[in-house]
Formats: sequence, structure tokens, C-alpha cells
Amino acid sequence: MSRAPAIEAFDVSRTYELDGVSVPALRGVSLTVAAGDYVALTGPSGSGKSTLMHLLGGLDRPSGGRLVIGGREVGTLSAPELARLRNETIGFVFQAFHLLPRTSAVDNVALPLVYRGVGARQRRERAAAMLGRVGLGHRLHHRPNQLSGGEQQRVAIARALVTDPTVLLADEPTGNLDSTTGAAVLELLERLNVESGVALVMVTHDAEVAARARRRVAMRDGVVVTDSATDGGGGA
Amino acid sequence: MRLAEAWRVAWDALRANRMRSALTMLGVVIGVASVVLLVAIGTGTKQRVEQQVEGLGSNLLLVVPGRLDVGSAPALSPLTLQDVDAVGRVVGDPNRVAVTVASGATVRAGNREDFTTVQGVLETTPTVFARELARGRYLTRSDVDTGRRVAVLGDSVARSLFPDREAVGQQINVAGVRFRVIGVFVPLGQSLGVDRDDEVHVPVTAAQRLYGTQRVDAIAVKAPDRERIDELGERIVAELNGRHPGTEFSAVTQEQILGVLGDILGILTGVLAAIAGISLLVGGVGVSNIMLVSVRERTREIGLRKAVGARPRDIGVQFLLEAVLLTSVGGLTGMALGVGGALLVAAVSPIPAAVTWWSLALAFGVSAAVGIVFGVVPAQRAGRLDPVVALRTE
Ligand SMILES: Nc1ncnc2c1ncn2[C@@H]1O[C@H](COP(=O)(O)OP(=O)(O)OP(=O)(O)O)[C@@H](O)[C@H]1O
Ligand SMILES: [Mg+2]
Repeated sequence: MSRAPAIEAFDVSRTYELDGVSVPALRGVSLTVAAGDYVALTGPSGSGKSTLMHLLGGLDRPSGGRLVIGGREVGTLSAPELARLRNETIGFVFQAFHLLPRTSAVDNVALPLVYRGVGARQRRERAAAMLGRVGLGHRLHHRPNQLSGGEQQRVAIARALVTDPTVLLADEPTGNLDSTTGAAVLELLERLNVESGVALVMVTHDAEVAARARRRVAMRDGVVVTDSATDGGGGA
Repeated sequence: MRLAEAWRVAWDALRANRMRSALTMLGVVIGVASVVLLVAIGTGTKQRVEQQVEGLGSNLLLVVPGRLDVGSAPALSPLTLQDVDAVGRVVGDPNRVAVTVASGATVRAGNREDFTTVQGVLETTPTVFARELARGRYLTRSDVDTGRRVAVLGDSVARSLFPDREAVGQQINVAGVRFRVIGVFVPLGQSLGVDRDDEVHVPVTAAQRLYGTQRVDAIAVKAPDRERIDELGERIVAELNGRHPGTEFSAVTQEQILGVLGDILGILTGVLAAIAGISLLVGGVGVSNIMLVSVRERTREIGLRKAVGARPRDIGVQFLLEAVLLTSVGGLTGMALGVGGALLVAAVSPIPAAVTWWSLALAFGVSAAVGIVFGVVPAQRAGRLDPVVALRTE
């Protein structure tokens, strides 16, 4: 079954300017994320994985090449339009959780809905329901510092999914967790990928974890070196 | 994002950081409280003084050499008792004319002494100034005519010289001359920190002999007709000018005194308000500072908000509203403290304080404006923050 691709990157590059020196973090990456896909992104430290994730999520703009998110050409969008596109089509999960401190789980999860203009009451209902889906229905009013690392990451996942995005971008989501908790979070992500059909792009250093993905993309020095979808290495 | 929602976001963010919010507000709280309190004291003082001047009676006319003006030095008086008689003829009733020749002097009784103002006066003083005696009697025409050495004491002087004895009937010693106490005034209380009961009245003739002068300092007239008080003043001044060519005289009414005092006290209130305003400004700079620090501290929060769909404008508005909320809530708290402080001052100290609506409105308006002015820079900085950099910050 082929649907329109969620994200398409054509020969995308990203160069940082650091004290007058150009640091090429991405040097021509082409990648298509299909709807409902499950992609593991691997590569050594500094190979550009996070940089690519930021581009795919519309959090940053490429220095060169074309990027299309949800059918929209990123290069033509203004900052507010791009913000809106992020809100509607992308969910981010970070290694460091990035929850608002001193703010309840349910309010953290509801945050993206604030910027979508959803009313307070409906926000809470949807956030509470989403927390229920990640197994935290009993932790609605806990603050981040009253939650375990695994629970915090589940809150972050609920926040990423509360807007019903088409793509979930997870940058080392289990990097700050012990292996048992990490495995549980991973299972949750995979379950949500299957249940709600959200495409999952996940950066991981763990070969075993990568092996479970439907598709594996490996990077090195700012370029994609292997892609199981095009190399025919995995089940596409 | 709708504005109502933006207020909520800002409010929630402030509540999530209560301690920091409270500390940020402190400067504004203190600034606004001092504006309200100091203006209240200035206004209260002005009202009190005006009441006291009005208490002199609306038909009182003070005749002094020179001009009554803010900043002009009092002129040396050329007036004598003959001039007083002449003024009495102009007025048509000598009982409506009072004089004073005053000087500081040490007054002794036994081994006690008090430095006070000794005023030489006519027997008409109680009529003209509506003074009342607590005990004994006041000076008579014959006391004045004969320069009899008798004295009427202000309440404070009586207390200090005769703490455990009745003053009336006792002897006192004024600058080496013996006087007999014949009366004590009803107390007047304090005014602008001056004890109005710290005085001794003696016959003007006796005072002139004491001070070795033929002069009087000033003449006061209780005008018979309030409507024509200005005209009476002009006639008195014309008479005196005729008797002392080349000297300037003024006859001032209560209204004119009120005008001059009002000017002085208005300036005083303005200065107090300006000082307090500076502290409010400092409070505003404090808000700006802490907002800037807070933008840095909350870099990750800003990055995260942007990641989930906040536009640069949403972030900017949030921080601006936070600043405005901080200064407004701080302003309201400061207003409450200032009003409370003013009531307390008025209740437990002799300093009068009257809270005015304009000072409340001004203080609140300024603090809210301070929030906007000093919130703009931090807000812009927050709005422009690159989310990728923000999220990488540890
Ligand atoms: N803001 C920046 N300014 C300059 N250089 C940067 C910036 N961000 C990243 N880089 C550089 O870009 C390259 C790619 O960084 P990136 O974070 O994408 O790597 P990564 O694959 O995610 O690494 P890791 O596995 O350690 O997270 C690195 O060489 C990094 O130093
Ligand atoms: Mg990375």
C-alpha cells in the first residue's frame, strides 16, 4: 500500500558557521520517510544524525537541497508557517526529555495543543487520554521531578503524539534510561507506530535496537552510507 | 494563539517559578509602595498645613514689610507702635489689630530653664487669632500701656518650667528680667514638626524694652468685612507707604498664604514622588535584568515550545506578558503596601498621610508601563532564539 511520503529530502546539506569556519554537518542527504514507516538511524557520534532529525522535523532549515514535509516545500515557508507545520505533522522525542519543570504531566502533554488553539478543557481531556495510552493515566498531576526517567520519557512521547502527527522523530529516546526501562519505552514507541500509524524515525546507537526496525539508515561524515530500503537489505 | 491564551501561558509560567517571580517583583513592589507612601505623606502634610492656615480665619490680613514670595528674604521691619495706631484708624477698630515683636530667649524659673520664643503682643491677640486660655487671664490694655512685666505661657513652656506646680502666679526670669505669670494657653499641638505651644506672650511695650527696640515685626488685622478684605489691605499698605516712603509693604490674606504654602508643599510632594519614581525605575531595570537572565535560564523551555509549534511571536508575547504581569502584580502589591503604610504612619506617628487616587493610578500605570518597556528586549531575544541551539543547551 503506497501513501504520499511524509517527508522527502533531496540532496539536503547543512553547514554550520563556527567562528568564521564552515563546519559541514550534512553533505547531501536524500531520504524519503514513508507514512507509517519505522526507520532506525545509526552512525558514529558527529555523523550528523541529530542535524538530520532537526531538518526532517522543520526545526532547522537546510543550507542546500530541497526538503518537503507533509507535502510542503520548507524553503517557501515563513517562520510562523514552519512552526505551524511542526505543530501539525511532527512529534519530537528527545534524549533529555525536555519537559517543562514544575509543570504537571497533563499540562506538559497539552502544551502543543496550546499552540494549535485548542481550548483549555479539551486540551486537558486529550492530554489525559494520551497519558492513558502511554500507561500513565495514574500520573496526570505529577511534576517531572516526581516521575522516574522512564515515566518522564513516556510523558514526552505522549506530548509528541497528542497532536496526531504523521511522523515521530525520536533522537536517542532511550539514551538516558537503563536497559529495562529503555526496552519498555522502545516497545511503547513500536506499539504506537503500529497502532496509530505514525511514522517513527529513531536515532539509536544500539545495533540490536536498530535490527528491530523495518528500515535501517546508517550515516557517516554527514552522508547516508547505507539505507536498507534502497540497498534491499531489510524488509521494505 | 489567542491573547487570552497567551495571558494564561504567561501566568502559568510565572506560577511554575513562584520564587523567581516574587524576587523579580520585589523591586517594583518597593518602588510603587514608596511612591504611594511618600506622595501620601506629602499630600497629608499639605492638607494639614492648609487646615491650620484656614484655622486662622478667612478674614485675617497679615501686614509685613517687604514682599511675601517663595524665596524672598524677610525684610527688616521699620514698623512702630505709631504705625499700629495708624492701621487701627484705617481699620476703624483698634481691637481688630494685633502685633508681634518676637525673639528667642532663655526663660528661667528656679533652677529650670527653657529656650523659647518670647513675643511682644497687644491685648487684642486672643480676639484676632482666636486663642483661648486654659488658666488665669490674658494681657490687658493697662498691662500694655504701662509695660507691666506679666507673661502668658504656652502649654509646653508651662509644663517645662513648672512640671509639678501651677504656673499662674509664679515668677519667671526672661533674659534677666523678672515677669509674673498671669495665664496659660490652651494647647495648640504640633504643626510641621514645630511645637506651637513653645511660646511666651508679654506686653509689646515690655518686649520692646527687653530687646531695646521701638519696632514691631508684623501687624495682623482681623478684617470686619470679608468681601472687601483686599481693598482694606490696599488702604493699609497705602497708609504705611505714606508713613515710610521708599519701603515696600504687603498685606497678605489667608488665601495668598495658602497659595504660597501650597506651592512650596507641592514642590515638596513632587520631589518625594520623583525620588520614589527613581526607585520604581530601578525596580524596572531589575525586572529587565531578571527577565534577561530568565531567557537564558529557560533557553530549553523556549526551544521546546518552538519544537512543539510556538511561533517566534508566541514566545515574544509570552515573555512580554510575563514582564507586564510581574510588574502589574508587583504594582498592585506595592499599592496595597503603600496604602497600608500610609494608614499606619497616619495612625501611629504625628506625620500626616493622605492617600490620593492619582498617585495610585500613576504608580500602577508606571509599573505596568515599566513592564512593557523593560520586557521588550528580553522578549525579542527569547522570540529570536534558534530552537536547535536552545535544545542543545544543557
Ligand atoms: N550549532 C553548531 N555549530 C557548529 N557545529 C555544529 C553545531 N551543531 C552540530 N555541529 C557539528 O555538526 C556535526 C554533526 O552533529 P550532530 O549533533 O548532528 O551529530 P550526531 O550524529 O547527532 O552525534 P551524536 O551521536 O553524538 O549525537 C558535528 O561535527 C557537530 O560538532
Ligand atoms: Mg545527536
